[in-house]
Parts: sequence; structure tokens; C-alpha cells
Amino acid sequence: MMAEAGLAALWLAAAMALLQFAGGLTLMRGGAGQLTPLIKPAAIVQGALCIFSFFALMYLFTITDLSVLLVASNSHIDKPMIFKLAGTWGNHEGSMLLWVTILSVSGAAIALIEKRIDTRTLQVTLAVQAFIALGFFAFLLFSSNPFERLLPAPAQGAGLNPLLQDIGLAFHPPTLYFGYVGLSVAFSFAVAAMLTRQIGPAFARAMRPWVLGAWIFLTLGITAGSYWAYYELGWGGWWFWDPVENASLMPWLAATALLHSVSVLATRNALRAWTVMLALVAFAMSMAGTFLVRSGILTSVHAFAVDPKRGSFILALMLIYTSLAFVIFALRIGTVKQGEPFQLLSREGGIVANNIFLSVILAVVLIGTLYPLAAEAMGDKISVGPPYFNKTTAPIALLLMLALLLGPMLRWRRDDIKRHKYWLVGFFAIILWSGVALWKYAPNIGIFPMLGLAFALALAVAAWVPLKGRKLLRTPLPVFGMVIAHFGLAVSVFGMASESGFSKETLTALAPGESAKVAGWQVKLVDVNPVVGDNWVAIEGEMRARTGGKSFVLRPQSRQFFQPEMQTSEAALLTRWNGQLYAVIAQPDENGDGRWQVRLWWKPFVSFIWLGGVLVALGGLIALLGRMFRRAKKPAKNRWSEA
Amino acid sequence: MNRSMLLWIPLAVVAFIGGWFIYGLAVPKDDMLHSAMVGKVLPVFTLPPATAGIEGLSNLNMADGKPRLLNIFASWCIPCKAEAPQLEALKEAGVEIDAIAIRDKPEDVAAFLQEFGNPFRRIGSDSEMAVQLKLGSSGVPETYVIGGDGTILYQHIGDIRAEHVPMLLDKLRSAQ
Repeated sequence: MMAEAGLAALWLAAAMALLQFAGGLTLMRGGAGQLTPLIKPAAIVQGALCIFSFFALMYLFTITDLSVLLVASNSHIDKPMIFKLAGTWGNHEGSMLLWVTILSVSGAAIALIEKRIDTRTLQVTLAVQAFIALGFFAFLLFSSNPFERLLPAPAQGAGLNPLLQDIGLAFHPPTLYFGYVGLSVAFSFAVAAMLTRQIGPAFARAMRPWVLGAWIFLTLGITAGSYWAYYELGWGGWWFWDPVENASLMPWLAATALLHSVSVLATRNALRAWTVMLALVAFAMSMAGTFLVRSGILTSVHAFAVDPKRGSFILALMLIYTSLAFVIFALRIGTVKQGEPFQLLSREGGIVANNIFLSVILAVVLIGTLYPLAAEAMGDKISVGPPYFNKTTAPIALLLMLALLLGPMLRWRRDDIKRHKYWLVGFFAIILWSGVALWKYAPNIGIFPMLGLAFALALAVAAWVPLKGRKLLRTPLPVFGMVIAHFGLAVSVFGMASESGFSKETLTALAPGESAKVAGWQVKLVDVNPVVGDNWVAIEGEMRARTGGKSFVLRPQSRQFFQPEMQTSEAALLTRWNGQLYAVIAQPDENGDGRWQVRLWWKPFVSFIWLGGVLVALGGLIALLGRMFRRAKKPAKNRWSEA
Repeated sequence: MNRSMLLWIPLAVVAFIGGWFIYGLAVPKDDMLHSAMVGKVLPVFTLPPATAGIEGLSNLNMADGKPRLLNIFASWCIPCKAEAPQLEALKEAGVEIDAIAIRDKPEDVAAFLQEFGNPFRRIGSDSEMAVQLKLGSSGVPETYVIGGDGTILYQHIGDIRAEHVPMLLDKLRSAQ
């Protein structure tokens, strides 16, 4: 019964989207038609229906209704409740339902709260949003119905991919979806603003919180995904330049650029065409990312999400949305007037530098990700891996950090370099001092880790400079947000550089009672015991790690899941303030002499990578709260508000 | 180029990447690693016997004028068990089959042959996978059609299914 109700709600929601879109069409064909007053209410009802539909599916998962095909093939009666819940979106159909739900709810939110742009642009935005939703409704209803029945119902259910039975990962895909969908809202705003010729500060201010929100989620999603890969895959690395990782990085790069350029448009009414293009590119990148993950045209560790047929559907949607948008772009953007002028050395100039560097990194990552596909077309098999990506992105990222030392201090419109000479000398001194120190005491760590550490130290100081001379209590929250996000970047880069420059590794086979050494740690394998979980069995090593008179216990596991059968390794992590000890145990050594394969790493300051990521997202959150809070107090107005 | 033409560039990029993606979807993906040795003479190697009572294998054994199959297998490999009946069928059809056991132990090989039958004339033990690498083989099982002069004529990747047997017999016949 619940399944049928959920499906009915989904059909009704699709009808609402159709109504919304039709209303938008009549609006574009000249003046307000009879349908236009219905656009806003339709958006709200559509959001409510989708929420109902999603919770109906979630309910079916919580009661493990095995007469529903999706539940039967992705859940199991013995599964812990939290993973039953996560099972709702831990599969293709459910995740697509989550996607349209978030999309529709954002539409409803725009309809309810957006007051900064004119009604016409708002209505067209909702119509574009509905047009995007229609594609996903069609996808769901015609080829991925999450509520399909399975009769007769099986007794148990098949289970969820064990790699996904992890609390972090249960929330990883939804986080990215919030990010992707947020970018779809920015896309809708941009298309609507082009259609109604309203590209200006009002449009930028309406779009900004969505970009910011999407960017926060993407930042968190990437950070969490990286940490998951680090402790779950047991390879000891935190970024593999895997196609799927790149697929999440590319929208983030575009969104980061957009976040900065939209500020210029909102504050200074410049970079109009560029900002619109970035909004289109950011959403195109998130669609392309989804496509790459789902289609399996690139080989990846995320192969569990693969299905070529679904891939072609997503590809079709992506091509329809982006090519229509870029046709509108090509036809309309030429009529957009040049924005306000600025000099090279100005805040705008700094942000342009940021945008150029980010775009170059984006292009480099895109080419590297797609190159194997092109090579295969020419009959060659190539995989593009870390050597390419590290060598190409690291220098540009370092340039970006250099620009970031100065950029936030600059004034809008024009500035004088002499005003900042003491700071510049100071930053240069920090870089030089740390560079020379590293050169002397750790000459073998490589040029990029060395520069990364030096630049990170300089940025850790420079990030706070914009607060200088301000009364802290009267400083707007977005400024604090910016400072914290930039400081977070410094923290993260420090962690990356330190990890790649100073990690120590030991691979050995130990019998219980034997010890191994890594970077000043003495690790003894005390015992190996079997342990049993809800739906897995494992061997668990008990290790005693000693350093400087202190002793800690580590318990890495090698897990064997049943239903479906699969082996995973659960690394044991010991976090100290200055780094992490990372231990992995594998199945018995093949010589069968009672030894166990043990891998140990000491990774100095590795946790700074994710701590930095969280700080960056926190900065974003503070800025977002600031924007919302300020708006609640007084609507922002300036002389371009009528542009 | 004037400005209005520049504005179409993003669309062109979308079309280009889209075409690329469509191609990627349309062309079935070939995940197999084909050996570069096909068409070339067998590399020089001499392998000790993999188990008691059966001769080891050298490349010279396979250049005696008669076409044959060279099977790469291991007792720990599950698809190798699945292809045992097909190898048996090929042997019944009069095909000579030599084999290389990869990273195996004599007693395991013996147990494997005991359980699944022995279609092989010789079995060399490649405990370091050195010969496997020389042959350009990327996994087990793989089966090579070797010409009478010791040339590698064909590489079959994965287990031999029932439907592959006539094809392999054809290849051997045309190698006569």
C-alpha cells in the first residue's frame, strides 16, 4: 500500500513539474499567461509530494518490506537499522529519488523564500528547475521505478555492498547530491537571468547562497570521501586521482571559482558573462561526474555503481540541459553589457587570478580523466594516474596559494602595491625561512612538499590579515568565513605536503609476539583473534604500539562479509597530535608458517588534510549564516540593485 | 574571430565531450590485456616439473612440428577448475596440451589433477610468474595456440567454455 502511495505521489509530483514548466513557457512566449500564477504553488506542492514519496520508500526500508523489489535486492532483515535507512539511497533507484527530492525541495524553497529577484526571473528559474526535474522524473518513472513490487516476496533480501556498510559512506552520496543539486539551482538562476536579461547584482545575490550551500556540501563530501578511502580501502593513501574522485573534484573546482566570481558580480557588478558561464559549467560538471560514476566508461574503484544503460540516460539528460543552456548563452550573452571596470591590482583582479588558476586546474583534471577514453578510441590502453595529476596540478595550486597570500587584502577597483609591501616582505621571509630550513634538514622530500609546506605556513598567517584593523564584533560574518576557509586551506595543504614528504612505511610478516619498527614506533603483534559482527566475521590483530615510553593498542581487522560475499580491510588508526599510525592486517602469509601480513605507516600531520577540509566548509557555513542573517535584518541595497 | 563566434565555443566543447562520452558508451569496453607476443616465436624458457611423474616444459618441446595448446593455469584458480572438462574434450579430440602452473606447489597440482583429471602432456612450474610475463599473459587461465614451429598463433583469455572448443579446434586445424 505504502509503495503504491509513494509511486502515486511521484507521478503527481511529475505532473506538477510539467505544469511549472508549461507556465514558464507561456511566460517566455510573451507576458503572463493563465498558468504563470500557478508556477510558485506548483513548485511547493511538487516539493511536498517528493518528500512524501521519499519517506514512503524509507518507511519500506525500515520495515524491510521484501515484496518491494528494491528493498529485497538491497536490504536484509539482519542488517543494522542505520544501514536499513541508508539503504534507501544506497542504490541506484533510491539515490535518484533522493536526487529529485532534493531538487524539488530546493525549488519549493526558492518559491517560498526568494525575494531578491524580480517575479518574472523567479518564475523562469522555477520553470528551468522543473525542466531539469522532468528529466529525472522520466528516468525514475520509466526505467528506475523504486517502488516496483516483487511477488512472491523472498524470505531474506540480498544485502548491501559491504564496502558501503560504513557510517561515513552512508552519508557520503547524499552530501554530494546536496552539492550537485545546489549547483542545479545556480544553473537554473543563470539560465533564467539570461532569458529575462537580468544578469546583475540582484541575480548574483539570489544565486550566491545556493552556490555557497552547494559548495559547503561538496567540500564536506570530498573531505569525507577522501577520509573513507583512506581508512577503508587500506592502501594508506588519501587521494588516488581515481576517475570518480576527479568527478567530485571537478564540480568543486568550478563551484569554488563561481563562489568567488559571484561575489564580484554581487558587489561590483563585474564579470557578468564569466559568472554565468561558470554557473553553467559547474552544473555540467556535476552531471558529467554523475555520468562518469554511473556509466562505468572509465575503470574505477567505484565500479559498484556502474550500469551502462543508466549511464546513457544520464548522458542524454546532461547533453540536453547543458547544450540548451549553452545555446542560450551563445545567443544572449553577447547582449550583456560590459560590467564595471577594475584595475589589475584590485580585489577583482585577485579573484580573476583565482578563477584562472582554478579553471586551469579544472581543465587539466578533465583532460587527465578523459584521456584514457580518447586513447582507447585510438586503440591504446592507458591509465592516467598520480604522476600526471600531481605534476600538473601541484604547480598551479601553488601559484593559486601565492595569489591567495595577497588577494584578500586588496581593495576593490584599484589598489597600490606599496600599501602591502611590509606584508609581502613578511610572507616572503616565512617562505624563504621555511624553505631553507627544509632544504637543510630534509633535502630529500621533493620540491612540491617543500614548497607546499612553506606556502602553507605563509598562508596560515596571511589568511588572518583581512581581520587586521577591524573591530571584531562589528566584522561581517562572511569576512570571518573567508578568513577561516582560507586558513583551512593552509591547514589542509600543510597536511598534504607533510604526508607526501615525510610518510614512513613498513611491510612485513609477523607471528604473534614479533615486532616491527616504523618511524620511531615499535609495534608488536600481540595476538590475532576471530571476531564476529552483525553480518561479517573477521580476524582482528591486537597490536601494541610503543613510542617514547608510551603504549597504545591497535586493532586492525580483515573482514569477511557474507551476503554478498566480500573481503574488506578495516585499518586501525592511532591519532596523535603530530600524525597518525596506520596499521593494516591481511590474511595469513601464504607460506603458512603462522605469520600475518602487516603493513604499518607513520603519517605525520595527515589528519590536517581533513581538519583543513572541515575548516574550509565551516568557513563557508559561517559566510552562509552571515548572508542569511544580514538579509533578515535589512535587505541589501546598493546603487546597482536596479541593474 | 569575432566575439559572437567565441560565444559558441562552450557549446562546441560540450558537443565534443558529449560525443566522446557517447563513443565511450557505444563501443563495448575491452578490459582484456592482449599479449604482444601473438604472431611471434615462443620466448626461450625451461621450467622444472610442476609435480612428480609429469615432465617439465621448455619452449623447445613445443617446436616439434605439431600444433598444440599451451594452457596457463593454477590449482588455486577457480575458473581453471571450470574449464577442466573442456580441456578433457580437446584432449579426446586428439589435441596435445602442454601447461604451465603458476605460483603453485607440487602437492596442490597433484591434488588438482587427481580431482579434475589430467589433460596435459607436460606441466612446467612457473613459481615466479617469470615465463607467464614473458608470454604476455596477464592472468589465469589463459590458453595459447602454438604452431608447429613454436609460433604463438592465438591467445584465449579466461576459461575455455564449451562454445570455445570448436573454435580452438579450427585454429589448430588451420595451423597444420
